[in-house]
Amino acid sequence: MPNIRLLKALVFAVCLVPFVLLGLAAFNLAGQSLGANPIEELLHQLGLWGLRFLLLTLAITPLGQLSGKTWLLKLRRMLGLFSFFYILLHFLSYAILDQGLSYTAIIEDIIERPYITLGMTALLMLIPLAITSTNGWMRRLGRRWKKLHRLVYVIAILGVWHFFWQVKLDTREPLIYAGILSVLLGYRLWLKFSKSRQITAKSQ
Amino acid sequence: MPSVKIMKNRITKTIHASEITDESVYLKRRHFLQLAGIATAGAAFAAIPGRSQADVKPLKTIPSKYSTSQAPNSYKDITTYNNYYEFGLDKDDPARYAKSLITAPWSVKISGECDKPGDYNLEDILKPHPLEERIYRLRCVEAWSMVIPWVGFSLGDLIKRFQPNSKAKYVSFTTLNDPVQMPGVGRKVLTWPYHEGLTIAEAMNPLAIIAVGLYGKTLPNQNGAPLRLVVPWKYGFKSIKSIVEISFTRNRPETSWALSAPQEYGFYANVNPQVDHPRWSQARERLIGNGLFVAKQPTLVFNGYADQVAHLYSGLNLRKNF
Ligand code: HEM
Repeated sequence: MPNIRLLKALVFAVCLVPFVLLGLAAFNLAGQSLGANPIEELLHQLGLWGLRFLLLTLAITPLGQLSGKTWLLKLRRMLGLFSFFYILLHFLSYAILDQGLSYTAIIEDIIERPYITLGMTALLMLIPLAITSTNGWMRRLGRRWKKLHRLVYVIAILGVWHFFWQVKLDTREPLIYAGILSVLLGYRLWLKFSKSRQITAKSQ
Repeated sequence: MPSVKIMKNRITKTIHASEITDESVYLKRRHFLQLAGIATAGAAFAAIPGRSQADVKPLKTIPSKYSTSQAPNSYKDITTYNNYYEFGLDKDDPARYAKSLITAPWSVKISGECDKPGDYNLEDILKPHPLEERIYRLRCVEAWSMVIPWVGFSLGDLIKRFQPNSKAKYVSFTTLNDPVQMPGVGRKVLTWPYHEGLTIAEAMNPLAIIAVGLYGKTLPNQNGAPLRLVVPWKYGFKSIKSIVEISFTRNRPETSWALSAPQEYGFYANVNPQVDHPRWSQARERLIGNGLFVAKQPTLVFNGYADQVAHLYSGLNLRKNF
């Protein structure tokens, strides 16, 4: 088992790399650039990183179980919080930079554009998960904590769906993410299914 | 719908080039114009086989009363942020991959309901037309916009030369479709060849031009070299690039985007802030070049060209005929 504190610090630094690069690009520093339409590029990159971290978070459990490296589980909370971090920035760049904090335009978008409705629903569901991610809340909620945090499956589905609905023609990229998500969710269904079979087999 | 302030379109009769672009660009342009003294339009387009983007040439232009007084976008933005799916789906793909397009020799087939059909080579198409600089707003259906100093000439003047007959109600345009030169057509995201169309009345409107250049130089490949349509009151996808055929038809021609998603893209595709795309609002647009911290600006009916084109659509339900 590796030194967990060191590992966590390393992973933390790596998770910040996209943020730092986007920050440099936003101000055209260090040869980085967001191109001709910087707001759209920033919005897209933050959305993509949010989704990537979300899927990575969901991959931790199966990877830990299949490899037997249970220390991987210790990274799950941090990855989940980074997903929240990037998605929150994605939302803020939409609301502040893209929409100029025009409440009427934002509310109209949330109501009228199905892909925004999906994204917003996903973000609202992420907030309680982020808040209750601390040890204190885990203890306080007990078994209900696990139930609550199953929301992450719904959030991931909404996130991929949101991605799929906003593309103009080329659905290849969101379909790749949908494929990865299917594998991650399929693994859990398979586990559940095979466990319940074992239990029924034993009780007979 | 948020209320949309509709500004009156300003057409300045006399504008000084120094008002609409920054000085270094202006000085460069003057240099082009001096060079252009010896390089007439015909010479710039003379068939040098294999001519491509690297060889953009200066063009001699005269100003136009139809130009906007707004400052144009930078040459870099105009030539690196493009939708030209034949060269890939990302905005920077065309600038990267369109070098493989061979624009000389080039010929355009004229067909359909007209008295002078035939295959015309590019020099013959261009020869009689003095080139104008037309600084137009361009509004993309994706809710961004640019201001582009096109070089071109009236589409109507070109059409008249082929003498369309009384049965010609529409004009259809076709882009080159060559999988060898165009890596993107291997993927069937749209029905290739790309095709577009206008009513005859739209095509004869003085704002509609055939563009052969921008910023006083021949078009780079990614912007639709060697010749393309520009209809500034319609969403950008109507302004078809790298034209190889112009046909006069009795019936409304099919158009690529309307075929691929008829509920999202119509035949007319007039810029209209009151009619949203099913998935996003068309009320406002992002002007490219403004950086990270400038809000979107209101989109204008007919992209601000209502005075010149609104009469074409009197009595037409623009919500249904989007
Ligand atoms: C779990 C939550 C979310 C995830 C995982 C997510 C992810 C994404 C992804 C992957 C993209 C596409 C990026 C690309 O095309 O390269 C995207 C685009 C976008 N998202 Fe989100 N998003 C989420 C929530 C939201 C929220 C709350 C909003 C705003 C209320 C929002 C607004 C947008 C917008 C405006 C676009 C760009 C659409 C366009 O350019 O046409 N998203 N998002």
